[in-house]
Amino acid sequence: MQADPDIILAATGICKSFPGARALDTIDFTLRRGEVHALLGENGAGKSTLIKCLTGAYHRDEGTILLDNSAVDPRNTLDAQNMGIGTVYQEVNLLPNLTIAENIYLNRQPRRFGFTATGVMNRMAADLLSQYGLDLDVTAALGSCSVAVQQVVAIARAVDLSGKVLILDEPTASLDAQEVEMLFRIVRQLKARGLGIVFITHFLEQVYAVSDRITVLRNGRLVGVRDTAALPRKDLVAMMLGRELETEVEAGAKRNDAAGKVRYRFSGYGKGGKIEPFDMEVREGEVIGIAGLLGSGRTETAEVLFGAVRADKGTAEIDGQAVTLNSPRAAIRHGFGFCPEDRKIDGIVGDLSVRENIVLALQARRGWSRPLSRAEQDRLADRYIKALDIRTSDREKPIRLLSGGNQQKAILGRWLATDPNFMILDEPTRGIDVGAHAEIIRLIEELCAKGMSLVVISSELEELVVYSSRVVVLRDRRHVAELSGDEITTSHIVNAIASAESPAS
Amino acid sequence: MKPKYLPLAATIAIFILAYAVCALQYPAMLSTRVVGNLLTDNAFLGIAAVGMTFVILSGGIDLSIGSVIAFTGVFLAVVLEHTSIHPLAAFVLVLAITTVFGMIMGAIIHYLEMPPFIVTLAGMFLARGMAFVLSIDSIPIKHPFYATMKSFYYKLPGGGRITLIGGLMLLVFIAGMVLAHRTRFGTNVYALGGGTQTSRLMGVPVARTTILIYALSGFLAGLSGIVFSLYTSAGYSLAAVGVELDAIAAVVIGGTLLTGGAGFVGGTLVGLLIQGLIQTYITFDGSLSSWWTKILIGLLLFVFILMQKLILYLSRKKAG
Repeated sequence: MQADPDIILAATGICKSFPGARALDTIDFTLRRGEVHALLGENGAGKSTLIKCLTGAYHRDEGTILLDNSAVDPRNTLDAQNMGIGTVYQEVNLLPNLTIAENIYLNRQPRRFGFTATGVMNRMAADLLSQYGLDLDVTAALGSCSVAVQQVVAIARAVDLSGKVLILDEPTASLDAQEVEMLFRIVRQLKARGLGIVFITHFLEQVYAVSDRITVLRNGRLVGVRDTAALPRKDLVAMMLGRELETEVEAGAKRNDAAGKVRYRFSGYGKGGKIEPFDMEVREGEVIGIAGLLGSGRTETAEVLFGAVRADKGTAEIDGQAVTLNSPRAAIRHGFGFCPEDRKIDGIVGDLSVRENIVLALQARRGWSRPLSRAEQDRLADRYIKALDIRTSDREKPIRLLSGGNQQKAILGRWLATDPNFMILDEPTRGIDVGAHAEIIRLIEELCAKGMSLVVISSELEELVVYSSRVVVLRDRRHVAELSGDEITTSHIVNAIASAESPAS
Repeated sequence: MKPKYLPLAATIAIFILAYAVCALQYPAMLSTRVVGNLLTDNAFLGIAAVGMTFVILSGGIDLSIGSVIAFTGVFLAVVLEHTSIHPLAAFVLVLAITTVFGMIMGAIIHYLEMPPFIVTLAGMFLARGMAFVLSIDSIPIKHPFYATMKSFYYKLPGGGRITLIGGLMLLVFIAGMVLAHRTRFGTNVYALGGGTQTSRLMGVPVARTTILIYALSGFLAGLSGIVFSLYTSAGYSLAAVGVELDAIAAVVIGGTLLTGGAGFVGGTLVGLLIQGLIQTYITFDGSLSSWWTKILIGLLLFVFILMQKLILYLSRKKAG
């Protein structure tokens, strides 16, 4: 391969196999100086395996990696870091109990006479962060900062340590729009400094907002490398999936106008300081979409409905009967189910098996005195693994080893096992790949067709448009609009979120 | 004030308050004699507690301390009785033994990925057993060098004495503070307490740090044993039972998070002094059972654990 001074990192013919699976099949990947290169693909496409081969977390079976035109072979992530390849992960890999300065200079603190020169270190850290537009108290514990700031600290540390290649592995997954913009400003700034940046994300808008080139992987193979400007979004999705997204074809096709009778009625329901009182009716077999910006009260609405946060105003009725829903247990008894937003914190129990995770809610409802027999558990688990197409080698695999989309399906299976009549899904498609995305949407439509009532919260408006029979729009912890029928379009929802007056009533 | 200073501030406030209450009732408790005795009587516990602070900061625990103190005492008594080795040489020897003992426990904890609780529990039985093997009797130490060392002290105005061992404890605390807060090793200890896996990814030498932490704890337990043998002038294999638990109490009351990652060596000194103060008050009172010390320490521990939970809760709420 001839030397091109523009190319900072060149991986050629990378192969990696795991027992029973070929994870990477002769992948080529080049990164230029001063470019943001998006690495895209469905879960299982081989993105993270490729990254791990580049950063030394895995050892590649075949292929060469050239960094600055000299062959490198990092043995572990530290090694890669010292060579110049720094990585920042979605879950910030820093120590929350140390100060910001200590995190940046851990194990390379400036010393005087063998002792840490804390003052010098703090000044250096403050200077370093000011280059990123952050003016912080660097002696504060990192854990007291927002995730976005922690992310920037992680980037500052990685760039300071490595300084050639920066790999950002889904850095934006838990940030809101404003924080993403801040992060992108920093990415552009680093790009201008000549760093090569690899950017992994599930958000296609972000790919177009920040990247220069795109490499797409599918099933461990290279699909193609394109300039971002010359690749229409539809073609990109087609490259990633190898087919057109079914949901795009179906979009807006069917809408259940003839929904059944009203089953759940919440009047003047609310909780001081969390969500203003609202009225909501949910019919049998309909999907109510909830739209709004982060912090507009979407999750709070879900928590109040489920009794996780006790409502202090208003009444709830099921089939005309007044009920009290003051705890999740009460809600579950009335046939409610709730898939929370952050499945890693509120949803899955990582070390338990897929089977144990699926039977959890049902067992909780039965109480400890009536345990499910192992045979019943196996039967339930198998049924939902099959019905929801949860991809796992067997039902006893710890759930943390599954991909995000499959974890999400397992949680859905957990609630379906309790045979609920009313399901609340908070961001069911967040952080999962496009293919699993489509399957979750199909599942929502199936459940609805079976007569279940659903409330779905999502920030992806296109998705809400596809399956909602009505969309409730929230702003500033208040229900500001309800759209139904033909009013449900993304532009209407955006208008409702943005405008001060309700555009439709 | 930053949340991380809250437990320390609370400990200091409790200490000052407690001392004020004691002094109001028994003005004699303000005398420097009481202060001097407070240091001397708690010297061995204090030195061991410094080691324990490092272990707990790193997210571990060391249950072997009390047994190592007893072993050290018996070892010194036997060696000085049966051989003509100079006590100083015996000190070096026993410190080498206890340090290596700690290193081995640290290595097992790191390389075999065993919980520190289990490994140091085994160490506790082992050290106590070794003490019994050496001797089952209480052996007095009559070496003249011991008398010489006990005669060293610094006289405070008012008649109080900072004895050799009391002064040594203060020096150990100062060295501990410098080590914890002003060296890379110290930051690494905090880093381990924040998360072993993350520390490894960030380039902390986890193996070396873990082994050094337990070696330090073993060394300080040995030093504490030497101080204990100077204090009691005897070696007895049943001595210092449960000292590790008193040390843990001093560390936690001193504001160190039992789960590791946050706390101060200086806090442990205050935690230790609070325990000593309660003991002194009971001595002054004369009619109270000394078990009241344990009861009050128990209550204080509860209060501190609750307070740590509260602080953790508040800082999480602030973060997100």
